[in-house]
Amino acid sequence: MPVDYYQELTSDVRFTEGLTGCLNCGTCTAICPAAEFYNYDPRIIAETVQSRDNDRIYELLAGDTIWYCGECMSCKTRCPRNNAPGLIIMALRALSMRTGLFTESEKGRQQLMVKRSIGEWILKYGYCLYREEMTMEDHPEQGPTWEWQNKHLEPLFERFGVKYRGDQPGPLRKIPEEALGELRRIFEVTGATELYEFIEEQSARKAAEMGLDFDKRLNCGYMHEIYNHDSGIHTRD
Amino acid sequence: MKPEGKKLLWQEYQKEIATDNFFYVRSCVRQNFFPAAEQTFLRILRDTLGKNVKENPAHTTCTGIGYHCDIVPFSTTMAVVARQFSLMSEAGCENLAVSCITSFGLYTEILETWKHFPETEKQTRENLFKATGREFKIPGNLAHASDIIYKLRYEIAAKAKYSLVNGATGDPLRVVEHIGCHYSKMFPHKGVGGAEYPYVLTGLVEALGGKIIDYPERRHCCGFGFRQYIVRANRGYSLSCSKKKFDSMEPYKPDLIITNCPGCPYFLDRWQYVVSEMEGKTYGENGHGIPVFTYEELAGLVLGYDPWDIGLQTHQVSAEPMMVKMGIDFDPSKKYLGRNGKQMERPAKPDNLKIDMDSLCMPVEMKG
Repeated sequence: MPVDYYQELTSDVRFTEGLTGCLNCGTCTAICPAAEFYNYDPRIIAETVQSRDNDRIYELLAGDTIWYCGECMSCKTRCPRNNAPGLIIMALRALSMRTGLFTESEKGRQQLMVKRSIGEWILKYGYCLYREEMTMEDHPEQGPTWEWQNKHLEPLFERFGVKYRGDQPGPLRKIPEEALGELRRIFEVTGATELYEFIEEQSARKAAEMGLDFDKRLNCGYMHEIYNHDSGIHTRD
Repeated sequence: MKPEGKKLLWQEYQKEIATDNFFYVRSCVRQNFFPAAEQTFLRILRDTLGKNVKENPAHTTCTGIGYHCDIVPFSTTMAVVARQFSLMSEAGCENLAVSCITSFGLYTEILETWKHFPETEKQTRENLFKATGREFKIPGNLAHASDIIYKLRYEIAAKAKYSLVNGATGDPLRVVEHIGCHYSKMFPHKGVGGAEYPYVLTGLVEALGGKIIDYPERRHCCGFGFRQYIVRANRGYSLSCSKKKFDSMEPYKPDLIITNCPGCPYFLDRWQYVVSEMEGKTYGENGHGIPVFTYEELAGLVLGYDPWDIGLQTHQVSAEPMMVKMGIDFDPSKKYLGRNGKQMERPAKPDNLKIDMDSLCMPVEMKG
């Protein structure tokens, strides 16, 4: 018996909140920043899931389209029916993740990179972003001022009245080990740890299928491919 | 009196904002990119306005960027946020002051979800207790830090040393206000002024003497887009969104941009540098960019705080053009000093974007 994807989506409260009946007016598409940049049309996303057509929903889950949204939620403000295509996207992405279908598209495969950066920094440092992990090579947009800051973090933070990576409240304090322990247990209890492991397993399977080397390094063949590769089919013009 | 006309229309966009006794939770992005902005918020509240703000170093990320990059399940995020509520309850506070817009949007989304789907709150309580033994109370008042600065704007204005006025011409400075998408686009009634005409920064700017300028792409996203920036192959999305805004605001000659979101000042600052490197294009005067500020940086400046103590040297687009216009008494030579007054080396200069005092005329009184 094939998976009933629409039924799966309805178990996600964001889907229930995000789609109350789309009249296909296209207001969301008019306001959507992603629709200006990518070959993307949130109206069609709403229309597709509303059709309950299992094959078309499968195509979304295994395709690039659902990964184009920036989750800015501009669509939510303007929809005359109070739908939120951005929330529908979040439910679709969650389903694509838990079915492993995210590995079937170029944009979906990038989730491994997100897991190995943001996802792991959360548990390692207690922050979603961590400046010492963001290199100039990866982020040349940071500019020379950032590069300068990185060389002088301690005196700079002192000037702002805090100790860099100190124990007291303050920016970029060292999050206490007990707090990180609580975070890890929350991740275990609520299924995030399991999802992280599943992302790794599914990505390893896909890497083998694509003939790319795969290991824990950030620059293994598969990671290099998903982080940098753009097949050029995604954007307008 | 029964409200009517505009008053009636705006009634539903009024927001209750606490004025004292806060529990403060920080932003991952701001701590990394504008670490002094949060310290400035605390300094304004505690030292200048005498408010009580507590925090606990054991609070963590809310997981917001992970959540909006779709690698952290909603149930996990709800439990992590519930843990922040638990720390707040433990501190004996009920007014939560949130530094981050992604967090603020997420906290709002979670509280609304718990209202609409009470079983999700029950499950979250069970998850948190099982994982950590913690319990929590829901905040009595949830406000973004920019809400609080807005609420206290007249108290700030009353103590201000400067105003947002061009000292040479006497004209109000021309200000672009940029509101983080997750402040009110998802839940318009939770933001001051709603989503179409948010008033949270406009009210602050007007109270400080500046003039807001309108421009076509005023409500367009800065382009963070979560995974669209995090993954290198997608990063053109982010740059394109910001560039669209710069091109749209340029004809209106803004003196500065003020933002209330962690990511927005970062992107509006750094992408100006990138556009200058890629295309040789700069958007400000004399080869400079348009300076970008957070609400507390701007409030700190008018209050007369030293610009280098509030972290303006961490901006890639220099704040000097605006400070010179405002007639702020500052010492350009102290920009790159550490706490102990020791001179640090200077950052390299970008190829095209002018920085520091380059090409600016220093006011006569500052030349000593």
